[in-house]
Amino acid sequence: MEQLLYATLSLGAFALIAGIILAIASKVFHIEGDPLSDKIDALLPQTQCGQCGYPGCRPYANAVAGGEADVNHCVPGGERTMLSIADLMGVEPKALEEEASVPVVAFVREDECIGCTLCIKACPVDAIIGAPKQYHTVVTDHCTGCVLCLEPCPVDCIDMIQKPELLEHWSWPLPDTERAQLGVERRESHHD
Amino acid sequence: MIKSFLNKLGFASAPFAGGVTPDMCKWTEDSAIEDCPLPPLFIVPIKQHIGQACTPLVQVGDLVLRGQKIAKSEGYLSVPIHAPTSGRVLKIEEHAIPHPSGMGLTSIFIEPDGKDERDSSLTPMNNWQDADPAELRERVRICGIAGLGGAAFPTFIKLLKDKRHPIETVILNGVECEPFLTNDHRLMVENSAEILHGLHIIMHMVGAKKAIIAIEDNKKDSLLAMQKVLDLADSDAISVASLPTRYPQGSEKQLIESLTGKQVPAGKLPMHVGVLCQNIGTTKAIYDAIIFGHAITDRIITISGDAVPKPANMRVRLGTPMRFIYAQRGLEKFDNIQLLHGGPMMGERMRHPDIPVVKSSTGLLAINNERMKAAHQVEDPCIRCGHCSEVCPVSLVPNLLADHCRNDQLEKAADYNLFDCIECGACSYVCPSHIPLVHYFRYGKGQAAQVRREQSFAEVSRLRSEGRDIRLQREKDEKAAKRRKVRDTLRSESVLNPENDKKTETTSNTEGKK
Repeated sequence: MEQLLYATLSLGAFALIAGIILAIASKVFHIEGDPLSDKIDALLPQTQCGQCGYPGCRPYANAVAGGEADVNHCVPGGERTMLSIADLMGVEPKALEEEASVPVVAFVREDECIGCTLCIKACPVDAIIGAPKQYHTVVTDHCTGCVLCLEPCPVDCIDMIQKPELLEHWSWPLPDTERAQLGVERRESHHD
Repeated sequence: MIKSFLNKLGFASAPFAGGVTPDMCKWTEDSAIEDCPLPPLFIVPIKQHIGQACTPLVQVGDLVLRGQKIAKSEGYLSVPIHAPTSGRVLKIEEHAIPHPSGMGLTSIFIEPDGKDERDSSLTPMNNWQDADPAELRERVRICGIAGLGGAAFPTFIKLLKDKRHPIETVILNGVECEPFLTNDHRLMVENSAEILHGLHIIMHMVGAKKAIIAIEDNKKDSLLAMQKVLDLADSDAISVASLPTRYPQGSEKQLIESLTGKQVPAGKLPMHVGVLCQNIGTTKAIYDAIIFGHAITDRIITISGDAVPKPANMRVRLGTPMRFIYAQRGLEKFDNIQLLHGGPMMGERMRHPDIPVVKSSTGLLAINNERMKAAHQVEDPCIRCGHCSEVCPVSLVPNLLADHCRNDQLEKAADYNLFDCIECGACSYVCPSHIPLVHYFRYGKGQAAQVRREQSFAEVSRLRSEGRDIRLQREKDEKAAKRRKVRDTLRSESVLNPENDKKTETTSNTEGKK
């Protein structure tokens, strides 16, 4: 009988201590927000273009984390982003619905701009400078190429031009040997 | 003694890990340095070093003097560009530079007037022994000196006297382990006294007590020449070291390992182990900058290869088009010839000869296509022989690394220390399957850099987008607060004097419209 009492008491005391530690830990190491959607958001290219059907990268990340959206909706992120999200979520990779285009930036033809500020309001990253009745211009370094400024422009004076390739950003292509191409082909056929 | 005995037996012949001994083809080792004549037109790119490009200081039509600064450096990691001769600026526009991409860069075109007048604004600093190292360092910077061994890293940055990392030993790198190249070799034979003088200046600048002049044993006359001037100087602090010939011993970190047995950790610099490495040509350039006040306007270039009728070492003005230099050596037709900028191991293929030489041009090679055998066009499967791992001077596993790079597994490649690869080409050289291993590593490195750039751009975009959301929210809140305030005042007024009710309502309407 005495043994039973000791066993109950010691186990009870242990459970109590463990409970206290857990309670403290949950307070000390408390994480605000949803860590999973944060991680997905960090993988997205942050163009805020809305091509995924959500109003921005953060909402799409939330939707993927909540299991509402598939991993293959981010067009500008391309295959690399899709693969890393699939990897993070532990799901099978899915082929992209649309091919990512070459990187582009917006360019305002200033002669035709009427200074209506509509594009400035539409830009998700505040990359267009201007004021009412003044020419607007795009800060190329900050433009994500999301094309959201094209639609509101009443005089269609915005072009999407190919992002200038910088010498510093040039990188070596794959060697042009047959085996190098084989790797590319295998990877592509794997996803089909 | 044991070491020398082992050396004789051929055992201790690999002082650093790995390495290869290719056919050295030093055909030009006995040909004295010749002066290359002035070309009809100089093309001077505004970036000839690792780091930020310069901004042109001259305009079309300006007259310039030899050594006059024509482009100023922007940022810390940069050195200015000087005019190679006296003449007139014809135009400033984009032109192809020695770069594997074949892309162009803004270049200043100078038409020589033939007088070759020097800009004498910089005075000689003959009493450099009493000069402040910082002052000498500034002189090295404004003279535009960048590492002439091929990397073109701004030299003044390395010459920093840093209290936290004092330099104990200066190593003068006369190894020149790339096949074909003999420019440092000839410079050591012909200008040994100047090089020794330059070494003293460097030692004074960084406060080093010791110096080693490292020369591979296939350059007997260089060894003799340097030893001779050293004997005359009678200095205990400096010694000449003869090293067994092995590629890539001329690489900074491998040379330090060979000489001192110290390994420079990954991501660290030689100064972290108390060593400073300087190239022979750079040392001569430092000597010219301090003793004569000459900015760097020329360099020694080896013109060689089996397609060059008369291989030679030439003192060439920076900005001279390659076609003109090859023509001096009898090569005028470029069919079935591959042009290399640099040595055969690490050099880059040039697509055409209308490219100017720059500070990093160590050699110009022209090799017949048959000899190149289109070396890496046919790539066979890896047979796991392991030769590449044996010769890798930084102890990587090139075959696995290449697989990861080929398949875009960049994180795995990084795990296999892709970024420690010095791209020496020893693995590609020994591969029996002709796998262009280094090319894969360059591809992998480029892709990884691209990913990093995209990530940092995404991060900036995210912050901007969040900032915009905060701003929009704030504007909305402010508007709401304003509206509330107006409503509150109206309400309080109407409570106080109900007869004015009608009047205030109209005011609030106009407020709302605003």
